[in-house]
Amino acid sequence: MSTAPVQPIPLPADWRDFWSLTKPRVMSLVIFTGLCGLLAAPVSINPVIGFSAILCIAIGAGGAAALNMWWEADLDAKMKRTANRAIPAGRMEPRAARDFGIALSVGSVLVMGLAVGLLAAAILAISIVYYAVIYTIWLKPRTPQNIVIGGGAGAFPPMIGWIAATGDITLMPVLLFAIIFFWTPPHFWALALFVETDYAAAGIPMMPVVAGHRSTRRQILIYAVLLLPIALAPFLLGLTHWLYGLSALLLGAAFLILSLRVATFRTPDNDADMRAEKRLFGFSIIYLFALFAALVADRFILG
Amino acid sequence: MTELDPNTERARIIKGRNRALALVLFGLAVLFFAITIVKRMP
Repeated sequence: MSTAPVQPIPLPADWRDFWSLTKPRVMSLVIFTGLCGLLAAPVSINPVIGFSAILCIAIGAGGAAALNMWWEADLDAKMKRTANRAIPAGRMEPRAARDFGIALSVGSVLVMGLAVGLLAAAILAISIVYYAVIYTIWLKPRTPQNIVIGGGAGAFPPMIGWIAATGDITLMPVLLFAIIFFWTPPHFWALALFVETDYAAAGIPMMPVVAGHRSTRRQILIYAVLLLPIALAPFLLGLTHWLYGLSALLLGAAFLILSLRVATFRTPDNDADMRAEKRLFGFSIIYLFALFAALVADRFILG
Repeated sequence: MTELDPNTERARIIKGRNRALALVLFGLAVLFFAITIVKRMP
């Protein structure tokens, strides 16, 4: 009888690894914008139903993120920033991540449909497919406009929040969608400018890799210019009061100035340390939180 | 630094996963009760 060497059985993935698959930091932004969409709607919603809606938005986003990590495990292994994620680091079977992602996605849509409404569930399902299939599998590896298209996925939560509260699609949730859609390219391209080497190593056609820094900076400015009137539109169209309008104006002006600094005033020094890009990236997160907080404050203080 | 025994480590991970799953299921049960009550309200 031969004695074959015994293969050690791999350890199962820890619950923390499953948790990290949901991209909790991204989820916090999703929860915040979804909650703002829900609270800014001009109707009151039962707290249990409202909580269920936000939970479903968060779980749906987590499921889509898990599917994204499952699909991109090979790319993640090539990038320093993502090489220690559960799948590329070998702590989790790719199949487990895929099943986890599918379970979260299907579960969130079902609960949304049963507890909140069919329209909100349908939009949630579209947002998950949009992120996990259209963006992750189809367009991200094929076009440098991937971030522009991917921005659509991140733009759904406030729209779903609004629809969960009202049961209806009107101009306002479309504008909330548009704000995040136009905010995403300058936000991510600023990041891509200072982590470019990582994306290049993984072969992802990120704008700075394909079109170069000059073109990326110009496009950041174009989107920042477009974002200002879009963010102001809810006020200009009479859908909000002055508090939101003033906040959108001040925040948009600051966003535009920081984008201008990225697009112009280049010297060899600031090209090397990427200070302007890092500042724009940091501010873009504050911008979104502050703008949506102003939307909710406007609704609650001024009615 | 002492190396962890794989069996002990496996037991620890499975225990953690079971606890997390139990917590999630309990949370879902409470949520479904709450949703049912709200939906049945006039």
